[in-house]
Amino acid sequence: MHMENHSQDNSVVIYQIIFSGPLLLAMVFYLIAVIVSIRLYNKQWPIYRTIFFILGILSASTAVIGPIAENAHFSFVVHMFGHLLLGMISPLLLALAAPMTLVLRTLPVKHARRLTKILRSSPIRILSNPLFTTIFNVGGMWLLYTTNLYMLMQQHILMHILVHIHVFLAGYLFTISMIYIDPTPHRTSFLYRSIVLVLALAAHGTLSKYVYAHPPSGVSVSQAEMGGMLMYYGGDMIELLLIFILCLQWYKATRPRVLLSNSQV
Amino acid sequence: MATGFGNSQSQSTLANRSIYSRRNFWGGFLFGLGLVAFIDETVFHQLLHWHHFYDKSTTDVGLVSDGLFHALSWFATIGSSFILADLHRRNAFWLKRWMGGIFMGAGSFQLYDGVIQHKLMKLHQIRYNVDITPYDVIWNITAFAMIVIGYILLVRNSLHPGENDKNAHGKS
Repeated sequence: MHMENHSQDNSVVIYQIIFSGPLLLAMVFYLIAVIVSIRLYNKQWPIYRTIFFILGILSASTAVIGPIAENAHFSFVVHMFGHLLLGMISPLLLALAAPMTLVLRTLPVKHARRLTKILRSSPIRILSNPLFTTIFNVGGMWLLYTTNLYMLMQQHILMHILVHIHVFLAGYLFTISMIYIDPTPHRTSFLYRSIVLVLALAAHGTLSKYVYAHPPSGVSVSQAEMGGMLMYYGGDMIELLLIFILCLQWYKATRPRVLLSNSQV
Repeated sequence: MATGFGNSQSQSTLANRSIYSRRNFWGGFLFGLGLVAFIDETVFHQLLHWHHFYDKSTTDVGLVSDGLFHALSWFATIGSSFILADLHRRNAFWLKRWMGGIFMGAGSFQLYDGVIQHKLMKLHQIRYNVDITPYDVIWNITAFAMIVIGYILLVRNSLHPGENDKNAHGKS
């Protein structure tokens, strides 16, 4: 019993290092890149982008280390709150921070060209297709909550780590395939993205109600009901922002070059 | 909006309207759909607590349909607001055609909700522990009436060749 507790503690420490390390590194790199690009190349970088990045890293960290991460093992509602932070809020904040733009303008030209070449490649075309990112993102969630995966994840640390990395990466890929803040070589039309976004939100909402009615293995009915409702309404709030940004980008892109009425007066 | 026909400004507005006639309709349609969904959520779910988040009799296809329409109405509300702003910046806003779209969108969604979702898919009922018949009848008649109003508005404000001038001079 004592041994088991001890190994539990160890795995929690390992787990927290595995997650906080890369997140902290990403933040340090971002801040260094901001300073380098301002000092060396004498270019301004909007302060709000830096703030978005810090907030994005903070919300991802809140989900994987500290009290929320620890209580997520016992409470499905806390787990769901953590997933909203890790898979939706953090990716949106990070996307708004335009990290790729910052990297491209900070890197020496030779390396920036190489990176651009990679971004233009066909594997990236698939990875940035809204339909792929939707299946990758929401499909993964369906697997997690409708199979034994949720139970497995609570028992095996490796599974736990993989699922959380997946939630974060899938959430980020999904976000940047819908709204274009960074350079996006493989663009798709607004109509296509709108339709896929509606389908993705529908799948998310449907899964929320499914979870409400069919608790995942090892989750009590009351926990599943609260978790399902948090997933439904919490998801709604962040989806609202995604839709708003997508529509705003449409509004700006379709700006009339000549005012029709003035041209005829 | 619809005042002062005859000067060159409104002539060009008329021209713009005819170019963006479909956008006026769809903007209204989406707005109507979003509006009904919004009233449904705030009034019937949250304020009156007549509707339920989940009903045990819900069929699987009902769950999918609910998710789809919830997402669509969310998108429609925001999207149609941007379409409205777009029509205004193009001087192409056509109030009556847009209103016709609203009634069409609102009526169609309410009829779909009332007949397909409530009755066939048994998503949830309008109200529980009461005789449901009068509620269903009023719900669906309201929906049908909105579709009829929408249809009349759209027919009277359409772009059939030759009718354009009649609209311009006969209305003010």
